Amino acid sequence: MSENNSNQVLVKVEGLKVYFPVYKGALFKKKAGDVKAVDGVSFHIDRGETLGLVGESGSGKTTTGQAIMQIESSTAGRIYFDGKEITGIRKKDARFLRREMQMIFQDPFSSLNPRMKVGDIIGEPMIVHHLNENKVEYQERIAELLQMVGLNGAMIDRYPHEFSGGQRQRIGIARALAAKPKFIVCDEPVSALDVSIQAQIINLIEDLQEKFGLTFLFIAHDLAVVRHISDRIAVMYLGEIVEIASRFDLYHHPLHPYTKALLSAVPVPSPKVEAQREHIILKGEIPSPLNPPAGCHFHPRCIHAEKRCILGGPTLKEVAPNHWASCHLLD
Amino acid sequence: MEPLLDVKDLKTYFFTDNGTVKAVDGVSFDLYEGETLGLVGESGCGKSVSAMSILRLIPNPPGQIMNGEIIFDGKNLRTINDEEMRNVRGNDIAMIFQEPMTSLNPSLTVGHQVTEPLEVHASMKKKEALVEAVRLLEQVQIPEAAIRAKAYPHQFSGGMRQRAMISMGLSCSPKLIIADEPTTALDVTVQAQLLELMKGLTRDFSMSLIIITHNLGVVARYADRVNVMYAGRIVEKGTAEDIYDHPRHPYTLGLMASVPRLDQDTRQKLVPIEGQPPDLANLPKGCAFHPRCKYVIDKCRQESPLLEKVGEKHEKACWIDVRE
Repeated sequence: MSENNSNQVLVKVEGLKVYFPVYKGALFKKKAGDVKAVDGVSFHIDRGETLGLVGESGSGKTTTGQAIMQIESSTAGRIYFDGKEITGIRKKDARFLRREMQMIFQDPFSSLNPRMKVGDIIGEPMIVHHLNENKVEYQERIAELLQMVGLNGAMIDRYPHEFSGGQRQRIGIARALAAKPKFIVCDEPVSALDVSIQAQIINLIEDLQEKFGLTFLFIAHDLAVVRHISDRIAVMYLGEIVEIASRFDLYHHPLHPYTKALLSAVPVPSPKVEAQREHIILKGEIPSPLNPPAGCHFHPRCIHAEKRCILGGPTLKEVAPNHWASCHLLD
Repeated sequence: MEPLLDVKDLKTYFFTDNGTVKAVDGVSFDLYEGETLGLVGESGCGKSVSAMSILRLIPNPPGQIMNGEIIFDGKNLRTINDEEMRNVRGNDIAMIFQEPMTSLNPSLTVGHQVTEPLEVHASMKKKEALVEAVRLLEQVQIPEAAIRAKAYPHQFSGGMRQRAMISMGLSCSPKLIIADEPTTALDVTVQAQLLELMKGLTRDFSMSLIIITHNLGVVARYADRVNVMYAGRIVEKGTAEDIYDHPRHPYTLGLMASVPRLDQDTRQKLVPIEGQPPDLANLPKGCAFHPRCKYVIDKCRQESPLLEKVGEKHEKACWIDVRE
C-alpha cells in the first residue's frame, strides 16, 4: 500500500473483484445475478513475508488465492507480481508465470494423481518448465526434493495411496518447490491433518521459507495457525477485507467487531485462560454472497450496528500505522 | 452417588482382512449426572468407536464388542435385549453426529424428522408432535421455527442443520447426549454458538454430555473431565485442570506443545510429535506410543502400562514420571 518501497513488494493486489454469474431457468437461461466471491480487495505482500488470509467459509479467501494464481479470472482489479501486471495475461504466458508461483492445496488425497508415482508427481513441474533436462540431474533433483521435505529418497517409485495424509502433504510441498518458485499460495495446507501432524507440516513450511526466502500467502480458517505462521494477517468477510494488520496488532488491538468476535470464538486449550476470556457470541451466520446485506456486510450480525452501517458500506482506512480496518465506528 | 454411566474394560475389535483391529482395547470411564466429559484424541484412536459401542451401533460383522460392562442408569447395556436397547437410544441417550447433512434425511422436511422420535418414543399424535417440534426448534434458536420446520435439510445452512440435529436429540429429554465432533464441519463463530447452546441446555436440564473431539480447545472451555485416548486406550484422564495445566502423559504433553495457541505471542517453533499414529491392526509391542515417545525406556518396549492414580481424579498410563 506504500508506493515508495515498491521493489520490496512481490505481490500487489488492487481492487480485485471476482464475480461468478448465476443463471436461472433451464432452457432460456437468464442471468439472475452475481455471486460476489471477492468484491474489491487490495493488499500487498513483501518479499520473504507471509501474509495470512483468514475468514470463514464463503468469505472469498480461496478465490482470492486462485485469482492471484490466474486459475480464476478476475472480473475487475489489477494484480502485480514482481513489478509486472499479470491480470488478464494469456494462458500461454500464465504457464511461465506459474514457475514463479506455486500452490499447496488443502486435501492431500485429491491433489495428487493416484496413478502417478511420487517421483513423477514431483518431477512434472520440471518437465513442464524444461528444468533439469539431463536425466541424471533430474533424478538427483527429485531425491533432493524428497529429502528436503523429510521423506526418504527411496520412496520415489511409490504411489500416493501408500502414504499417510501428512506424508502426502509433504509430497505436495515438494512438488510446489520443484520449479524453485518465489511465491507459494498455501490454501488450508494443514486443516485436513491430525493435530500432531499439523505441527510437523507447519514447521516444515517455516524451515523452507527461511532456507529459500520464499514469500507465502497462507490461507486458513484456523486463526491460531495463521497467527503462528504469518507476519501480517488480513481478515476477510463476505468478499471484502475488513481488517489487515501485523500479527501482534491484530491479536492485541483488534479494531473490527468481526475480528474481535472471530478471535473470541477460537478456543484456547487452557481452562484458566478460557474462564477469563471475553466470549462474543455472534448472531446468525455468514449471509449468502449472492445477496449480501446492504451497507456494511457485517451489520446484521454486529452488536454495535447503527443506522449509518445499514445505509452505506465503510471503506478500508489506515487507523493506526500499518493497521487497516473498515468500520464506521472507527471514524 | 452412583455414576450415570459406568464403562468397564470395554474392548471393541474389528475383524478385517488385514487382521484384527483393536479399535477400543480396554477402556474404562464413568460419567455423573450433569457432568460434561471430553473424549480427546486423533483420528483412529477409538473415541468414536467407544461412543458407538455404548449405543451398540457397531456394525457386526466386521465389528464386535469383545469384553466389558456398560452400566447406564443401573442397566447393563451389553446384556439387555434389542427392544430395550431401542428404548434407551433416543429416550435416554441421544447422539449428535459430525456431518449434519448425512445424518438428516434429504427427502423429508426438518419438522417431519424432529416429530419422528416424538411419535415413536413419546407416543405423541402427529399434530401434537408438530407443535412440540416447533417448540424444540425454537429452543435451539432456529429463527421463525414454525416456517423453518416445513423446509428441507438442503435449505438449511450447516449450523442450522446441526441445530436441528440437537433438537431431535433433545426431543425425548435424554439423560445423556453423546456429541461426536459436533462442530468440526462448522465455522468457528458458528462453533462457538453451538457449544454455548449445548452447554446451556445441559445446564438447564441437568443432562450429561460426552463431547468427542480432536480439538483440545473445544473441550477446555466446556468439559469438567477429559479422557485422552491413543491407539484404542485411555492414556490419561482427569479434570480439565489436571489435563491442561498439569499433563503427565508424554502424548498429552506432546499434543499441547504441537498446537499453535492464539494467546501465545512468541513465534517459537512448535514441537511436533514425531512419526505417525500406529496401525491398529499391527500395534507395536509394549506401550503403543513408545515409537513416538521422546522419554522412551526399555520397559516401554516390553510392557504396556496401565492407568495409575497420580492425583485425586487424575490417572495416567506411563512408566515414566514426566512433569512439565
